[in-house]
Amino acid sequence: MDAPGAKQYEALSIEAAATQAPPGALRRAAANGSVRIGAGALGVLVLIALAAPWLGTVDPTLFDAASRDLLPGRSGEITTLDGEKLRHTFWMGSDSLGRDVYSRVIYGTRVSLVVGILCALLALAIGIVCGLASGTLRWLDGILMRFMDGLMAIPAILIAIALVAMWRGSLATVIVAIAIPEIPRVTRLVRSIVLSVREEPYVEAAISLGTPIWKIMFRHILPNCIAPLIVQGTFICAFSILVEAILSFLGVGLPPDIPTWGNVMAEGRQQFNDFPHNIFFPGVFLAATVLAVNVLGDGLRDTLDPKMAKRV
Amino acid sequence: MLGFVARRILATVPVLLIVAVLVFLMLRLTPGDPAAILAGDAASTEQIARIRANLGLDRPIVVQFGIWIGNVLGGDLGESFYYKTKVATLIGQRLEPTLALATFTILIAVLVAVPLGVLAAWRFGGWFDRALMGFSVLGFSVPVFVLAYILIYLVSLKAGLLPVQGYRRIADGLWPFLTHLVLPAVTLSVIYIALIARVTRASVLEALGEDYIRTARAKGLPEVRVLVRHALANAAVPIVTVIGIGIALLIGGVVVTESVYAIPGLGRLTVDAVLARDFPTIQGVILFFSFVYVLINLLVDLSYLVFDPRIRY
Repeated sequence: MDAPGAKQYEALSIEAAATQAPPGALRRAAANGSVRIGAGALGVLVLIALAAPWLGTVDPTLFDAASRDLLPGRSGEITTLDGEKLRHTFWMGSDSLGRDVYSRVIYGTRVSLVVGILCALLALAIGIVCGLASGTLRWLDGILMRFMDGLMAIPAILIAIALVAMWRGSLATVIVAIAIPEIPRVTRLVRSIVLSVREEPYVEAAISLGTPIWKIMFRHILPNCIAPLIVQGTFICAFSILVEAILSFLGVGLPPDIPTWGNVMAEGRQQFNDFPHNIFFPGVFLAATVLAVNVLGDGLRDTLDPKMAKRV
Repeated sequence: MLGFVARRILATVPVLLIVAVLVFLMLRLTPGDPAAILAGDAASTEQIARIRANLGLDRPIVVQFGIWIGNVLGGDLGESFYYKTKVATLIGQRLEPTLALATFTILIAVLVAVPLGVLAAWRFGGWFDRALMGFSVLGFSVPVFVLAYILIYLVSLKAGLLPVQGYRRIADGLWPFLTHLVLPAVTLSVIYIALIARVTRASVLEALGEDYIRTARAKGLPEVRVLVRHALANAAVPIVTVIGIGIALLIGGVVVTESVYAIPGLGRLTVDAVLARDFPTIQGVILFFSFVYVLINLLVDLSYLVFDPRIRY
């Protein structure tokens, strides 16, 4: 069965034929405008995530009944866990519990980046194993790929929502639930590279010399996968950040007390007419982050993977 | 050709079977007694016992799957303990709004994206091309619910042009039906436009490099005719393909959009079912959406025969 999965790659051209990155690809990538802008913006976001406690934030779970529903820029009081009252300026206003939206948004950067990166790594890791297995073990290939076809026929968000509903939301379950629907794409990518590299004379030579299979994989096959996988990884990262926000926003993701952009927006939904800032500030951060990752991915695709770039 | 059609239809069977297995296993992977989960938190011991007997939960898992798939094929998706109705009935009731929203979205997306993509390919590398590519990256990055709230804020709250939320059935009059649907459909179409415009541009660009385009121009055809009759017609297959694949994005978007705009469709049903941990409904909705997705892609494949007469199987 070659639909809808197989076509997905033909159309979106996410799948690359085995094209080893040409020499100097890394240097060209580093000189590419999109890569620089994307990586630069992402660097700033990583710094924000790391430096969150020192950016004028308070503990994002603190609330104060006296400081409910403040407009951006107002100051008010916030009670620390020790019961101490602090003067605090709410740069992005406060939510209906009296929590500081600015602190929640800044700390939310951590959750989004961690989810994006770990989802990409997890999907890549499992996808590489499945793809290598499928490309080298003929008896497994048919079953595994039919399984992946079926997995791809279920829209990604539905899989993620259903899995989180079953396992209940925690950081680990959300990451696994978002990563699972991405695995077939990676598997197909790796498998297609294995199949084409397998025919190369240097692999035939290695086989005829009796080189062990694991050595062929690490020396000849995996290096061919690196460039397309980096590109694929960035797109998975961007998509995962979006899906996590969607899950939290719908109330089926991480528990509401964890500061994530989706949770801040979910909290702000009820009072959107009067306090749109509770949606807009996290929304801007979310869109900017996903945009940065996508721009980085586009740049990497153009430079690391010329064959793929030509097609889109 | 008939052989191709038959083969292609048969090829969807294993995919749908795997989908069914995955949806079936979903419940088994959940910690706890499947019968108790299916019956819901407020169920009595008798109800749980009845479900266990009906689904043969004391029999081997293969037999359980057989019973379950038999029910599904017979149109019985189980009973929702939250809504106290058959899941199949529930899906039927919620179908209209989702169908209307999806149709409207696809219509807007195709009518906007295809001309934009052709124009960008025609002026490849120019300011319009670069602007469209920039928009397309942006379209992939702005989450659908953020876009929804921006539009609600600007169009409904500030300008007061359209209703904020809600849905009117087409039976309640065409005008209210349309005004309630415009904003959700526009919201949902943005990511779809980004996707289709990008693929249209790429495939028209490829067609424009062909010899027959030079011939068409050389014999003095007007540029519009060259672009539409020769370039676009030959670029149709990837465009139709991506419309079919985009259905997956669309279904994901429907879940979010219906939630924001308070549209009582299948997407809203999915979220409500998940929040209530109403597993029979979750399973039913996933099966239904996946079936539609596979079906549409089957139709897309069959449409190649129409769009590209060179394809003969």
